[in-house]
Amino acid sequence: MSFPSLLIQLLNGLADASSLFMVSAGLSLIFGVTRIVNFAHGSLYMLGLYGAYSLIELLGRTPLGFWSAVILAAFAVGIVGALIEIVVLRRIYRAPELFQLLATFAVVLVIKDVALYAWGSEDLVGPRAPGLSMAVEILGKRIPAYDLLLIVIGPVVLGLLWLLLARTRWGALVRAATQDREMVGALGVDQAKLFTSVFFVGAVLAGLGGALQIPREPANLDLDLTVIADAFVVTVVGGLGSLPGALLAAVLIGVAKALCIGLGTVHVLGVDIVFSKLVLVVEFVIMGVVLVLRPYGLLGKPPAASRAAGAAPLPLAAPRWQTALVWIVVLLAVPLVSDDYVAALLIDIACFGLFAVSLHFIMGPAGMISFGHAAYFGLGAYAGAVLLKRAGLPMEAAFLLAPFCAALFALVYGWFCVRLSGVYLAMLTLAFAQITWSIIFQWDALTSGSNGMIGIWPAAWLADKTRYYYFAMVFCGLGVALLWRVLFSPFGYVLRAGRDSPLRAEAIGINVRGFQWAAFVLAGTMAGLAGAVFAFSKGSISPSAASISQSTDGLVMVLLGGVETLTGPVVGAGVFTWLRDALARETDYWRAVLGLVILLIVVLFPQGLVGGLKMLLGRFRERRA
Amino acid sequence: MSGGKAGAPVLLVEGLHKSFGGVQAVEDVSFALSAGELLALIGPNGAGKSTCFNMLNGQLAPDNGVVRLDGRDIVGLSPRQIWRLGVGRTFQITATFASLSVRENVQMALYSHAGRLRSLFQRFGTAMRREADALLEQIGMLDQAERPCGVLAYGDLKRVELAMALANEPRLLLMDEPTAGMAPRERVALMELTASLARARRIAVLFTEHDMDVVFGQADRIIVLDRGRLIAAGLPEEVRNNPEVRAVYLGGTH
Repeated sequence: MSFPSLLIQLLNGLADASSLFMVSAGLSLIFGVTRIVNFAHGSLYMLGLYGAYSLIELLGRTPLGFWSAVILAAFAVGIVGALIEIVVLRRIYRAPELFQLLATFAVVLVIKDVALYAWGSEDLVGPRAPGLSMAVEILGKRIPAYDLLLIVIGPVVLGLLWLLLARTRWGALVRAATQDREMVGALGVDQAKLFTSVFFVGAVLAGLGGALQIPREPANLDLDLTVIADAFVVTVVGGLGSLPGALLAAVLIGVAKALCIGLGTVHVLGVDIVFSKLVLVVEFVIMGVVLVLRPYGLLGKPPAASRAAGAAPLPLAAPRWQTALVWIVVLLAVPLVSDDYVAALLIDIACFGLFAVSLHFIMGPAGMISFGHAAYFGLGAYAGAVLLKRAGLPMEAAFLLAPFCAALFALVYGWFCVRLSGVYLAMLTLAFAQITWSIIFQWDALTSGSNGMIGIWPAAWLADKTRYYYFAMVFCGLGVALLWRVLFSPFGYVLRAGRDSPLRAEAIGINVRGFQWAAFVLAGTMAGLAGAVFAFSKGSISPSAASISQSTDGLVMVLLGGVETLTGPVVGAGVFTWLRDALARETDYWRAVLGLVILLIVVLFPQGLVGGLKMLLGRFRERRA
Repeated sequence: MSGGKAGAPVLLVEGLHKSFGGVQAVEDVSFALSAGELLALIGPNGAGKSTCFNMLNGQLAPDNGVVRLDGRDIVGLSPRQIWRLGVGRTFQITATFASLSVRENVQMALYSHAGRLRSLFQRFGTAMRREADALLEQIGMLDQAERPCGVLAYGDLKRVELAMALANEPRLLLMDEPTAGMAPRERVALMELTASLARARRIAVLFTEHDMDVVFGQADRIIVLDRGRLIAAGLPEEVRNNPEVRAVYLGGTH
């Protein structure tokens, strides 16, 4: 590759980095002050892009129209951000942090459907920037003038942000709150106002990042999750809370991606390395390396400990065998009294139930939040499919080996993940899930890539729907029973101990990391089992089984049911799967309805469904007593 | 019994050094501690007590020096390896398992000592119950055995910590400000309890403390740190009358 074309790719990467920096800076700012991981930040970016598109149509394709549209779109998105804080998040600041996360998932669903309603499902290609549509010639290569402008805008925005933070009273409050939230509250600062304004500014940055991309990138409905994944990576690589870190990381990642595209296929020592295929993975590889070498990012500092210890996690209550027996009888009887539809829905619920229980296993008792648990679900599903179709194994063997393939990946990914904790751990799990997803998505020869694999049917003796129903119930039931049993064993108690106080655990001779690693692998194995049952029940599998949205679905199930309860994840999986199915039949906008239902539950039952019901039941008993 | 010829010391510290950046936090500290003896480590704020402590329990690596437990060099070992060699700890800010009951907290330490934590299917809490209750009885927490640690009063948590620290039949107890945050009457009671247990079980105890009533009332010997250096060591009476110690605590030039 020649030097000039390398330079062009470099400039291209820098232009990408500008928007990436703005979204990440907003995310980082909001996290710093409110400790909320705003999953809806990618959605705000998407709104910025759509908003700019419509406003340009409205205001005309003149330089004035274009730039007013970009600015107006950014501020409109800022208002949306402030509204999200006022209407939803403000009500749940006292709820566990995970619940705020659930609320932002719900906001993602609502915004996606609002965008679908307002702009339709077709990609919208915006106009070139009026007055800047020419190309500049550099070393004989042409590069759009607009890209060069974007390269300048990134650092300018950083400069303005820096002025805002360093020179204004508001900035001083933001910096103070980032360092010590409780202290700022104790000093009599109006927290509600501060949080709303931080959401506004963070959202403006996301909206501006999106709006500025309108000449370069079509507006589409998948942007919300892809952008949030990118923004997570940038924030974590740069260091949560560090704005210069975000710029540095955005540049690093933007350039690395652009270079991968530019390099194409390179012959090294007789081997073809297809760099262009690495585009989807490269940022996550960078993130993995950075987190292992510098656990708090390039320019980040260890997070300040929060003094607000919050309520101690409740002790889990062991399930009663009588209740279990009732459920077993009911599930056995279902095929006798109902049609195939109910059985098929119950198979789905069983798969997602086991998936959610395995996620809860590491999230609740072990205290390791995973944003990428779908990796193991997808790996289990694909391992079953590949072993059946490519390796030609009998279905039974493919099915039984599949969870162990997921376990193998969990073993490798987990080794890295347990070295981190909190948000950093969650982000790293997301990174590994994205790497897995892109491998599945791109490896045509093995996985049929984006088309997915078909013809993954169970063996003849299981072909009958009712038989497969029992088969699914037995394996998912055994998986759930195993995980629950382990939770009450010494091993399970060690996980809780390590979550409650790693310091004390180490001081009584417990290798916390070792146990967490083992828990990670066990949870991955069970998610793999759920994936395998799922794949053979559908007869086909697509990369979406390992996607971010599958991961977030799992999180929603766990949080909806209640992370501090044992049966919560199963109930959450049931309610979520059933609702999704029922709503999808009725309306195209089922996501929005689902999101609104989740928001309603979040505001009404901050302990999750099962936790909330238990509390209501407790109050009822108290009143009667 | 203080200062008696109790054979080889349980803990022997020689020439301990630690600096952070250019600041010498601990400089050439040496002392010894025998079985059944209570040694108080005191000094004004910033004297290097915590740094010194953290080098003994494996949290910090010293720049230089030797720490011997029963003759074995433990420098460079992790906290959990040091625990396995028979060192129990309590923390300045209590660290217990909030979602576990008092009994389960102690059982956790007992299971760990017995190497029974890896079991996946046996139900936790069925074994080691009697041992746990015996320890809880000794520290006077048996009546609260079923309560989760998350709801306990601070003084009670300190006692649970002591029970956990005793679970591995330690040779040495390291207690970082064992009575910080407790009511004055509770403080003396806790240290009297510690002293009687230590003497009965021949456990060596090293503790830091700000409460001078506790220090002079309970310690067999006292060592005093100031600006990272050991300025005095001896019986409570000797330390009380040491002019340098008086200068450090009461102000004035020295």
